[in-house]
Amino acid sequence: MTLLLLENVTASYGKAQALFDVNLNLKEGELMALMGRNGMGKSTTVKVIMRMLRGTGNLLFEGRDIMGLPSHRVAQMGLGLVPEGRRCFRDLTVAENLSASARLGYWSLPRIFELFPRLGERQVQVADSLSGGEQQMLSIGRALMTNPRLLILDEATEGLAPIVRQEIWVAIGKLKAETGIAILLIDKSIKELREICDSATLIERGKTVWTGSMKSLDSQTLDRYVGVS
Amino acid sequence: MILTRENILNFVITAGLILVPIYAVIVEEPFTITLATRAVIFSLAAVGLNIALGLGGMVSLGHAVFFGLGGYTMGILAFHAQSYIPLFEWPILIEGTKQMLVVWPLAMIISAIAAFVIGLLSLRTGGVYFIMITLAFGQMFFFFSISWSAYGGEDGLSIYVRNQFPLVNTLVPIQFYAICLAILMLALWINARLAKSSFGLALSAARQNTERVRNVGLDPTSIKLVAFVISGAITGLAGALFADLNRFVSPTMFSWQLSGEIMVFIIIGGIGRLYGPVLGAIIFVTLEHFLGGISEYWLVFLGLLLLLIVLFSRGGLVGLLVGRERVHE
Repeated sequence: MTLLLLENVTASYGKAQALFDVNLNLKEGELMALMGRNGMGKSTTVKVIMRMLRGTGNLLFEGRDIMGLPSHRVAQMGLGLVPEGRRCFRDLTVAENLSASARLGYWSLPRIFELFPRLGERQVQVADSLSGGEQQMLSIGRALMTNPRLLILDEATEGLAPIVRQEIWVAIGKLKAETGIAILLIDKSIKELREICDSATLIERGKTVWTGSMKSLDSQTLDRYVGVS
Repeated sequence: MILTRENILNFVITAGLILVPIYAVIVEEPFTITLATRAVIFSLAAVGLNIALGLGGMVSLGHAVFFGLGGYTMGILAFHAQSYIPLFEWPILIEGTKQMLVVWPLAMIISAIAAFVIGLLSLRTGGVYFIMITLAFGQMFFFFSISWSAYGGEDGLSIYVRNQFPLVNTLVPIQFYAICLAILMLALWINARLAKSSFGLALSAARQNTERVRNVGLDPTSIKLVAFVISGAITGLAGALFADLNRFVSPTMFSWQLSGEIMVFIIIGGIGRLYGPVLGAIIFVTLEHFLGGISEYWLVFLGLLLLLIVLFSRGGLVGLLVGRERVHE
């Protein structure tokens, strides 16, 4: 069943149009990669989905039109975002960061600490004093604490040490295997995306140019639209 | 309660607030009690503002509105009670009152309603615009009170006898002081509980990153509005007590200078620190009394102190004494 549907979505920053025709169909439990070169509209698409940027076209979550809703409402409906650049609440402790966003459901503090044992060890530390990798884990944990149906990860492994990246990928794999949550991933690590994702949507110049299962994504297409294969 | 340096400082300040007036009674210096009462009431007003400013990051330069509304609520009710003219005769008869237990809730409700309206309008903006809108509301109330001749206009209203509280003789300075101190302690307790609650966490989060708060399903505007209303109600209660202390209300309670002073208490003591407003108000009132006795230009020295604190201690005096970051237990 379709969880998130974008049809003919457009969006602009003032007079500069950034999205021209984005189409995306994400099913429940699906792990989809949103791919494309820099500046092609991946993060802008996420902003429209999260209602942080006004857009036109059809935007449906669980069959409901969410284009007109304020961003806190779509978050309440089950859209969780791990934003680019982490942005934890820096003066709050790890536990407070997680509790501030808590909504009832599967995810609770012990479950988050099970997924990221490092966070459990640093419960009482303020977010500002964490390493980049730990802040990223906290940012993922914070989004999970809202118990979303769909988790959007925007550049979750960017700027992290290889070993920390690996931890994050393992965690994403666990999420997929153990909870059946749907995930939309933006990332530069093509290799990991190919391993972990079920499907992919490719964007170029604000338009969806390719969509299909990850297996059917050939290296020629990938090279053409993402620049690597 | 864990024995942190901040807790020790808070305890010392509390002990001082209890012991100084007792000492004043023993050595028969009633004026010291009046000064202490003034400090405690200003503390309460600033504790109110600190919820908006320290926890919520809302720089309100219009908190005198709530202080003044609290004051005038008390003043108007007492005026009608002492002149035996009913407040309203239609549709129901409402008479003035001299009962603190009636005046306080009313002062808080009226301030809360004003805070709701002001917050609703000003929270649509942020930064310098928020400051300007709250300031503008302050000026509106100030000029309204000047022109409201039924209640004294520019001259203000004098109240002959202090309001009553069950089992207490409020005209005895130390007894009235005890009431004020008890209310301050209650407000501090509420403030501490609020900061630790999930609402407090959400408010802190909204201060630090509005966008991210929305992304986790919280509406920062309504969270801040609730905090602003609580903040206004507490400052309003302080206004009612201040009117009772002086047995006089006047438009200066609405003045923007007073809004500024309330903020200065917090900056001196430490923004967002539980006892910051209390320490700030104590120092302000002490300096006002002693330096004010030496020179009428005492504010120059206050300005110097403020400058030093802002330049060298970003956590105010509380930060200087016990360290900058709040301790997490």
